[in-house]
Amino acid sequence: MSHYFTIFFESVFIDNIALTFFLGMCTFIAVSKKVTTAMMLGLAVIAVEVITVPVNNLLYTFLLKKGALAWAGYPNLDLSFLGLICYIGVIAAIVQILEMALDKYFPALYNALGIFLPLITVNCAILGAVLFMVNKDFNFAESTVYGAGVGFGFALAICLLAGIREKLSYSDVPKGVRGVGITFIIVGLMAMSFMAFSGLKFS
Amino acid sequence: MAKAKDALLDPLFNNNPIALQILGICSALAVTNKLSTALTMTVAVTLVTGFSNASISAIRKHIPNSIRIIVQMTIIATLVIIIDQMLKAFAYEMSKALSVYVGLIITNCIVMGRAEAYAMKNPVYESFMDGIGNGLGYGLVLLTVGFARELFGSGKLFGLTILSPVSNGGWYVTNGLMLLAPSAFFLIGFIIWGLRTWKPELQE
Repeated sequence: MSHYFTIFFESVFIDNIALTFFLGMCTFIAVSKKVTTAMMLGLAVIAVEVITVPVNNLLYTFLLKKGALAWAGYPNLDLSFLGLICYIGVIAAIVQILEMALDKYFPALYNALGIFLPLITVNCAILGAVLFMVNKDFNFAESTVYGAGVGFGFALAICLLAGIREKLSYSDVPKGVRGVGITFIIVGLMAMSFMAFSGLKFS
Repeated sequence: MAKAKDALLDPLFNNNPIALQILGICSALAVTNKLSTALTMTVAVTLVTGFSNASISAIRKHIPNSIRIIVQMTIIATLVIIIDQMLKAFAYEMSKALSVYVGLIITNCIVMGRAEAYAMKNPVYESFMDGIGNGLGYGLVLLTVGFARELFGSGKLFGLTILSPVSNGGWYVTNGLMLLAPSAFFLIGFIIWGLRTWKPELQE
Protein backbone atom coordinates (compact mmCIF):
# COMPACT_ATOMS: atom_id res chain seq x y z
CA MET A 1 0.00 0.00 0.00
CA SER A 2 2.77 2.43 0.93
CA HIS A 3 4.19 1.89 -2.56
CA TYR A 4 1.07 3.51 -4.06
CA PHE A 5 1.20 6.39 -1.59
CA THR A 6 4.77 7.01 -2.65
CA ILE A 7 3.80 7.13 -6.34
CA PHE A 8 0.93 9.50 -5.57
CA PHE A 9 2.85 11.96 -3.40
CA GLU A 10 5.89 11.90 -5.64
CA SER A 11 3.79 12.81 -8.66
CA VAL A 12 1.97 15.58 -6.74
CA PHE A 13 4.86 17.29 -4.99
CA ILE A 14 8.30 16.14 -6.10
CA ASP A 15 7.62 15.59 -9.80
CA ASN A 16 4.82 18.11 -10.18
CA ILE A 17 3.91 17.95 -13.87
CA ALA A 18 3.42 21.69 -14.27
CA LEU A 19 6.16 23.13 -12.09
CA THR A 20 8.94 20.55 -12.56
CA PHE A 21 8.36 19.23 -16.07
CA PHE A 22 6.70 22.34 -17.54
CA LEU A 23 3.91 20.36 -19.14
CA GLY A 24 0.51 21.82 -19.81
CA MET A 25 2.04 25.27 -19.63
CA CYS A 26 -0.12 26.83 -22.35
CA THR A 27 -3.33 26.09 -20.46
CA PHE A 28 -1.57 26.72 -17.16
CA ILE A 29 -0.84 30.32 -18.14
CA ALA A 30 -3.98 30.96 -20.19
CA VAL A 31 -6.66 29.66 -17.80
CA SER A 32 -5.25 30.86 -14.47
CA LYS A 33 -6.85 34.29 -14.25
CA LYS A 34 -9.63 33.24 -11.85
CA VAL A 35 -9.64 30.67 -9.06
CA THR A 36 -13.07 29.23 -9.94
CA THR A 37 -12.25 28.54 -13.60
CA ALA A 38 -8.84 27.21 -12.61
CA MET A 39 -10.51 24.80 -10.21
CA MET A 40 -12.92 23.61 -12.92
CA LEU A 41 -10.05 22.98 -15.29
CA GLY A 42 -8.18 21.18 -12.53
CA LEU A 43 -11.13 18.84 -11.96
CA ALA A 44 -11.41 18.12 -15.68
CA VAL A 45 -7.69 17.34 -15.88
CA ILE A 46 -7.92 14.96 -12.89
CA ALA A 47 -10.86 13.12 -14.49
CA VAL A 48 -9.13 12.76 -17.87
CA GLU A 49 -5.79 11.69 -16.35
CA VAL A 50 -7.39 9.03 -14.14
CA ILE A 51 -9.05 7.47 -17.21
CA THR A 52 -6.48 7.92 -19.99
CA VAL A 53 -3.28 6.87 -18.22
CA PRO A 54 -4.53 3.37 -17.23
CA VAL A 55 -6.28 2.85 -20.58
CA ASN A 56 -3.09 3.70 -22.45
CA ASN A 57 -1.25 1.40 -20.05
CA LEU A 58 -3.51 -1.49 -21.14
CA LEU A 59 -2.98 -0.55 -24.79
CA TYR A 60 0.79 -0.53 -24.28
CA THR A 61 0.97 -3.81 -22.36
CA PHE A 62 -1.34 -5.82 -24.59
CA LEU A 63 -0.79 -4.36 -28.07
CA LEU A 64 2.31 -2.24 -28.50
CA LYS A 65 5.10 -3.52 -26.26
CA LYS A 66 7.70 -5.88 -27.74
CA GLY A 67 6.22 -9.35 -27.48
CA ALA A 68 2.84 -7.98 -26.38
CA LEU A 69 1.10 -9.58 -29.33
CA ALA A 70 2.26 -13.07 -28.30
CA TRP A 71 -1.38 -13.96 -27.53
CA ALA A 72 -2.24 -13.35 -31.20
CA GLY A 73 0.66 -15.48 -32.46
CA TYR A 74 3.25 -12.75 -33.13
CA PRO A 75 5.78 -13.10 -30.28
CA ASN A 76 8.51 -11.02 -32.00
CA LEU A 77 6.43 -8.07 -33.14
CA ASP A 78 7.41 -4.69 -31.67
CA LEU A 79 4.85 -2.00 -32.42
CA SER A 80 6.08 0.54 -29.88
CA PHE A 81 6.99 3.00 -32.68
CA LEU A 82 3.25 3.42 -33.24
CA GLY A 83 2.89 4.53 -29.61
CA LEU A 84 2.53 8.28 -30.10
CA ILE A 85 -0.24 8.10 -32.68
CA CYS A 86 -2.16 5.51 -30.62
CA TYR A 87 -1.90 7.44 -27.35
CA ILE A 88 -3.11 10.68 -28.87
CA GLY A 89 -5.96 8.83 -30.60
CA VAL A 90 -7.02 7.26 -27.32
CA ILE A 91 -6.83 10.60 -25.50
CA ALA A 92 -8.91 12.36 -28.16
CA ALA A 93 -11.50 9.57 -28.16
CA ILE A 94 -11.79 9.44 -24.36
CA VAL A 95 -12.16 13.19 -24.05
CA GLN A 96 -14.91 13.02 -26.67
CA ILE A 97 -16.70 10.17 -24.86
CA LEU A 98 -16.36 11.92 -21.51
CA GLU A 99 -17.83 15.05 -23.05
CA MET A 100 -20.84 13.17 -24.42
CA ALA A 101 -21.39 11.26 -21.16
CA LEU A 102 -21.25 14.43 -19.08
CA ASP A 103 -23.62 16.18 -21.48
CA LYS A 104 -26.13 13.35 -21.09
CA TYR A 105 -25.92 12.55 -17.36
CA PHE A 106 -24.43 15.63 -15.63
CA PRO A 107 -25.49 18.65 -17.71
CA ALA A 108 -24.67 21.08 -14.88
CA LEU A 109 -21.06 19.95 -14.70
CA TYR A 110 -20.87 19.87 -18.51
CA ASN A 111 -21.96 23.49 -18.76
CA ALA A 112 -19.54 24.54 -16.05
CA LEU A 113 -16.58 22.91 -17.79
CA GLY A 114 -17.60 24.28 -21.18
CA ILE A 115 -14.71 24.82 -23.57
CA PHE A 116 -12.06 23.38 -21.24
CA LEU A 117 -12.96 19.76 -21.83
CA PRO A 118 -12.19 19.61 -25.59
CA LEU A 119 -9.06 21.72 -25.03
CA ILE A 120 -7.67 19.06 -22.72
CA THR A 121 -6.99 16.84 -25.75
CA VAL A 122 -4.11 19.07 -26.75
CA ASN A 123 -2.90 19.59 -23.18
CA CYS A 124 0.66 18.32 -22.98
CA ALA A 125 0.14 17.30 -19.36
CA ILE A 126 -2.05 14.38 -20.47
CA LEU A 127 0.21 13.03 -23.20
CA GLY A 128 3.21 13.77 -20.98
CA ALA A 129 1.81 11.70 -18.13
CA VAL A 130 1.16 8.83 -20.54
CA LEU A 131 4.71 8.97 -21.91
CA PHE A 132 6.20 9.09 -18.40
CA MET A 133 4.03 6.11 -17.47
CA VAL A 134 5.50 4.17 -20.41
CA ASN A 135 9.04 5.30 -19.47
CA LYS A 136 8.65 4.24 -15.85
CA ASP A 137 7.15 0.87 -16.82
CA PHE A 138 4.19 1.04 -14.43
CA ASN A 139 1.57 -1.72 -14.23
CA PHE A 140 -2.18 -1.11 -14.38
CA ALA A 141 -2.78 -0.26 -10.71
CA GLU A 142 0.33 1.89 -10.46
CA SER A 143 -0.62 3.83 -13.57
CA THR A 144 -4.09 4.57 -12.18
CA VAL A 145 -2.55 6.01 -9.01
CA TYR A 146 0.04 7.87 -11.08
CA GLY A 147 -2.69 9.39 -13.28
CA ALA A 148 -4.60 10.58 -10.20
CA GLY A 149 -1.43 12.05 -8.70
CA VAL A 150 -0.44 13.92 -11.84
CA GLY A 151 -3.94 15.34 -12.26
CA PHE A 152 -4.09 16.42 -8.62
CA GLY A 153 -0.66 18.03 -8.85
CA PHE A 154 -1.72 20.02 -11.91
CA ALA A 155 -4.97 21.11 -10.25
CA LEU A 156 -3.10 22.19 -7.12
CA ALA A 157 -0.55 24.20 -9.07
CA ILE A 158 -3.08 25.98 -11.28
CA CYS A 159 -5.29 26.90 -8.29
CA LEU A 160 -2.29 28.35 -6.43
CA LEU A 161 -1.24 30.37 -9.47
CA ALA A 162 -4.79 31.64 -10.02
CA GLY A 163 -4.93 32.78 -6.38
CA ILE A 164 -1.72 34.75 -6.77
CA ARG A 165 -2.84 36.30 -10.05
CA GLU A 166 -6.14 37.45 -8.53
CA LYS A 167 -4.22 39.34 -5.85
CA LEU A 168 -1.77 40.61 -8.43
CA SER A 169 -4.40 42.71 -10.18
CA TYR A 170 -4.14 45.19 -7.28
CA SER A 171 -0.42 45.73 -7.68
CA ASP A 172 1.44 48.20 -9.85
CA VAL A 173 3.51 46.15 -12.30
CA PRO A 174 5.84 47.85 -14.84
CA LYS A 175 4.11 48.23 -18.21
CA GLY A 176 6.30 45.97 -20.34
CA VAL A 177 6.08 43.00 -18.01
CA ARG A 178 2.36 43.29 -17.27
CA GLY A 179 0.24 40.23 -18.08
CA VAL A 180 2.18 37.27 -19.37
CA GLY A 181 5.64 38.46 -18.41
CA ILE A 182 5.00 38.76 -14.69
CA THR A 183 3.09 35.47 -14.77
CA PHE A 184 6.20 33.70 -16.02
CA ILE A 185 8.30 35.19 -13.25
CA ILE A 186 5.71 34.16 -10.63
CA VAL A 187 5.62 30.62 -12.02
CA GLY A 188 9.41 30.60 -11.76
CA LEU A 189 9.20 31.55 -8.09
CA MET A 190 6.53 28.90 -7.50
CA ALA A 191 8.71 26.30 -9.19
CA MET A 192 11.55 27.28 -6.86
CA SER A 193 9.35 26.86 -3.81
CA PHE A 194 8.19 23.44 -5.06
CA MET A 195 11.84 22.43 -5.31
CA ALA A 196 11.88 22.45 -1.52
CA PHE A 197 9.91 19.19 -1.71
CA SER A 198 12.56 17.47 -3.79
CA GLY A 199 14.49 16.32 -0.73
CA LEU A 200 11.51 14.37 0.61
CA LYS A 201 11.58 10.59 0.68
CA PHE A 202 8.39 8.67 1.37
CA SER A 203 9.70 5.14 1.39
CA MET B 1 5.73 36.34 -52.85
CA ALA B 2 5.52 39.29 -50.48
CA LYS B 3 2.91 37.43 -48.49
CA ALA B 4 5.16 34.38 -48.15
CA LYS B 5 8.01 36.60 -46.96
CA ASP B 6 5.76 38.17 -44.34
CA ALA B 7 4.60 34.73 -43.28
CA LEU B 8 8.23 33.73 -42.80
CA LEU B 9 9.54 36.83 -41.04
CA ASP B 10 6.57 38.04 -39.03
CA PRO B 11 6.72 35.30 -36.38
CA LEU B 12 10.36 36.10 -35.56
CA PHE B 13 9.69 39.30 -33.62
CA ASN B 14 6.31 40.91 -34.31
CA ASN B 15 4.27 37.84 -33.61
CA ASN B 16 6.67 35.51 -31.85
CA PRO B 17 4.88 32.26 -30.93
CA ILE B 18 6.40 31.96 -27.45
CA ALA B 19 6.69 35.56 -26.32
CA LEU B 20 3.44 36.89 -27.79
CA GLN B 21 1.09 34.14 -28.84
CA ILE B 22 2.05 32.14 -25.69
CA LEU B 23 2.08 28.91 -27.63
CA GLY B 24 4.37 25.95 -27.19
CA ILE B 25 5.92 26.95 -23.90
CA CYS B 26 5.55 23.43 -22.61
CA SER B 27 8.60 22.01 -24.28
CA ALA B 28 10.38 25.34 -24.64
CA LEU B 29 11.60 25.34 -21.06
CA ALA B 30 12.60 21.80 -20.33
CA VAL B 31 15.04 21.31 -23.19
CA THR B 32 16.98 24.56 -22.78
CA ASN B 33 19.55 23.67 -20.13
CA LYS B 34 21.96 22.80 -22.95
CA LEU B 35 22.38 24.54 -26.28
CA SER B 36 22.67 21.28 -28.22
CA THR B 37 19.28 19.96 -27.04
CA ALA B 38 17.70 23.36 -27.71
CA LEU B 39 19.09 23.32 -31.26
CA THR B 40 17.83 19.78 -31.95
CA MET B 41 14.41 20.71 -30.62
CA THR B 42 14.34 23.84 -32.82
CA VAL B 43 15.14 21.83 -35.94
CA ALA B 44 12.55 19.17 -35.05
CA VAL B 45 9.77 21.68 -34.33
CA THR B 46 10.56 23.77 -37.42
CA LEU B 47 10.39 20.71 -39.69
CA VAL B 48 7.18 19.43 -38.11
CA THR B 49 5.44 22.82 -38.25
CA GLY B 50 6.55 23.47 -41.83
CA PHE B 51 5.54 20.11 -43.25
CA SER B 52 2.35 19.75 -41.22
CA ASN B 53 1.25 23.20 -42.38
CA ALA B 54 2.07 22.30 -45.98
CA SER B 55 0.26 18.96 -45.94
CA ILE B 56 -2.78 20.25 -44.08
CA SER B 57 -3.01 23.19 -46.44
CA ALA B 58 -2.75 20.86 -49.45
CA ILE B 59 -5.82 18.89 -48.36
CA ARG B 60 -7.65 21.73 -46.61
CA LYS B 61 -10.55 21.70 -49.10
CA HIS B 62 -11.17 18.00 -48.58
CA ILE B 63 -11.18 17.91 -44.76
CA PRO B 64 -14.74 17.80 -43.36
CA ASN B 65 -15.06 20.48 -40.74
CA SER B 66 -16.38 18.20 -38.01
CA ILE B 67 -13.37 15.87 -37.94
CA ARG B 68 -10.61 18.34 -38.82
CA ILE B 69 -8.91 18.13 -35.40
CA ILE B 70 -8.46 14.37 -35.72
CA VAL B 71 -7.14 14.73 -39.27
CA GLN B 72 -4.65 17.41 -38.18
CA MET B 73 -3.60 15.32 -35.18
CA THR B 74 -2.96 12.27 -37.37
CA ILE B 75 -0.79 14.24 -39.81
CA ILE B 76 1.16 15.87 -36.98
CA ALA B 77 1.60 12.60 -35.08
CA THR B 78 2.90 10.88 -38.21
CA LEU B 79 5.50 13.60 -38.78
CA VAL B 80 6.56 13.48 -35.12
CA ILE B 81 6.95 9.68 -35.25
CA ILE B 82 9.21 10.09 -38.30
CA ILE B 83 11.37 12.64 -36.44
CA ASP B 84 11.42 10.47 -33.31
CA GLN B 85 12.53 7.37 -35.24
CA MET B 86 15.18 9.36 -37.13
CA LEU B 87 16.61 10.65 -33.85
CA LYS B 88 16.62 7.16 -32.37
CA ALA B 89 18.42 5.82 -35.43
CA PHE B 90 21.03 8.53 -36.04
CA ALA B 91 21.40 10.44 -32.75
CA TYR B 92 20.55 8.01 -29.99
CA GLU B 93 22.23 10.02 -27.21
CA MET B 94 20.27 13.11 -28.21
CA SER B 95 17.01 11.19 -28.30
CA LYS B 96 17.71 9.93 -24.74
CA ALA B 97 18.48 13.47 -23.57
CA LEU B 98 15.23 14.82 -25.02
CA SER B 99 13.27 11.84 -23.59
CA VAL B 100 9.53 12.46 -23.80
CA TYR B 101 9.78 15.98 -25.16
CA VAL B 102 10.13 14.83 -28.79
CA GLY B 103 6.82 12.99 -28.50
CA LEU B 104 5.29 16.04 -26.91
CA ILE B 105 5.78 18.05 -30.12
CA ILE B 106 2.41 16.50 -31.07
CA THR B 107 0.65 18.47 -28.39
CA ASN B 108 2.85 21.51 -28.91
CA CYS B 109 0.31 24.25 -29.37
CA ILE B 110 2.41 25.96 -32.06
CA VAL B 111 1.93 23.11 -34.53
CA MET B 112 -1.77 22.73 -33.86
CA GLY B 113 -2.36 26.48 -33.56
CA ARG B 114 -0.72 27.31 -36.88
CA ALA B 115 -2.50 24.44 -38.64
CA GLU B 116 -5.82 25.69 -37.36
CA ALA B 117 -5.21 29.42 -37.74
CA TYR B 118 -3.18 29.59 -40.93
CA ALA B 119 -2.93 26.38 -42.94
CA MET B 120 -6.69 25.82 -43.09
CA LYS B 121 -7.14 29.14 -44.90
CA ASN B 122 -4.03 29.66 -47.03
CA PRO B 123 -2.30 28.04 -50.03
CA VAL B 124 0.48 25.49 -49.65
CA TYR B 125 3.57 27.65 -50.22
CA GLU B 126 2.55 30.44 -47.82
CA SER B 127 1.51 27.88 -45.21
CA PHE B 128 4.86 26.12 -45.47
CA MET B 129 6.65 29.45 -44.99
CA ASP B 130 4.42 30.34 -42.05
CA GLY B 131 5.23 27.00 -40.45
CA ILE B 132 8.98 27.44 -40.94
CA GLY B 133 8.75 31.04 -39.67
CA ASN B 134 6.93 30.03 -36.52
CA GLY B 135 9.37 27.21 -35.94
CA LEU B 136 12.23 29.67 -36.24
CA GLY B 137 10.53 32.19 -33.95
CA TYR B 138 10.19 29.39 -31.40
CA GLY B 139 13.81 28.45 -31.96
CA LEU B 140 15.00 32.03 -31.49
CA VAL B 141 13.62 32.14 -27.95
CA LEU B 142 14.75 28.59 -27.26
CA LEU B 143 18.32 29.28 -28.37
CA THR B 144 18.51 32.57 -26.44
CA VAL B 145 17.39 30.84 -23.26
CA GLY B 146 19.62 27.84 -23.95
CA PHE B 147 22.62 30.12 -24.59
CA ALA B 148 22.19 31.95 -21.29
CA ARG B 149 21.48 28.81 -19.28
CA GLU B 150 24.40 26.77 -20.57
CA LEU B 151 26.89 29.66 -20.49
CA PHE B 152 26.08 30.85 -16.98
CA GLY B 153 25.04 27.48 -15.58
CA SER B 154 28.04 25.40 -16.55
CA GLY B 155 30.36 27.86 -18.32
CA LYS B 156 30.06 25.98 -21.61
CA LEU B 157 28.59 26.43 -25.07
CA PHE B 158 27.75 23.28 -27.07
CA GLY B 159 29.78 21.38 -24.46
CA LEU B 160 32.95 23.43 -25.06
CA THR B 161 34.27 25.27 -22.02
CA ILE B 162 34.06 29.05 -22.44
CA LEU B 163 34.30 30.26 -18.84
CA SER B 164 36.51 27.79 -16.98
CA PRO B 165 34.64 26.79 -13.80
CA VAL B 166 36.11 26.80 -10.28
CA SER B 167 35.59 23.04 -9.96
CA ASN B 168 38.19 22.56 -12.71
CA GLY B 169 40.65 25.04 -11.22
CA GLY B 170 39.32 27.99 -13.26
CA TRP B 171 37.91 31.30 -12.08
CA TYR B 172 34.17 31.13 -12.89
CA VAL B 173 31.79 30.24 -10.06
CA THR B 174 28.96 28.43 -11.86
CA ASN B 175 25.44 29.60 -11.21
CA GLY B 176 23.58 26.44 -10.23
CA LEU B 177 20.18 28.13 -10.48
CA MET B 178 20.63 28.43 -14.24
CA LEU B 179 20.63 24.65 -14.62
CA LEU B 180 17.43 24.25 -12.62
CA ALA B 181 13.90 24.51 -13.91
CA PRO B 182 12.86 27.94 -12.54
CA SER B 183 15.60 29.90 -14.32
CA ALA B 184 13.92 29.21 -17.67
CA PHE B 185 10.76 30.94 -16.45
CA PHE B 186 12.69 34.00 -15.29
CA LEU B 187 14.58 34.23 -18.58
CA ILE B 188 11.41 33.96 -20.69
CA GLY B 189 9.74 36.54 -18.44
CA PHE B 190 12.66 38.90 -19.01
CA ILE B 191 12.68 38.22 -22.78
CA ILE B 192 8.99 39.14 -22.93
CA TRP B 193 9.70 42.25 -20.88
CA GLY B 194 12.54 43.26 -23.19
CA LEU B 195 10.55 42.62 -26.36
CA ARG B 196 7.59 44.63 -25.11
CA THR B 197 9.74 47.54 -24.03
CA TRP B 198 11.38 47.54 -27.45
CA LYS B 199 8.01 47.37 -29.25
CA PRO B 200 5.54 49.17 -26.94
CA GLU B 201 2.59 48.46 -29.25
CA LEU B 202 2.70 44.84 -28.05
CA GLN B 203 2.04 45.69 -24.39
CA GLU B 204 -1.09 44.40 -22.71
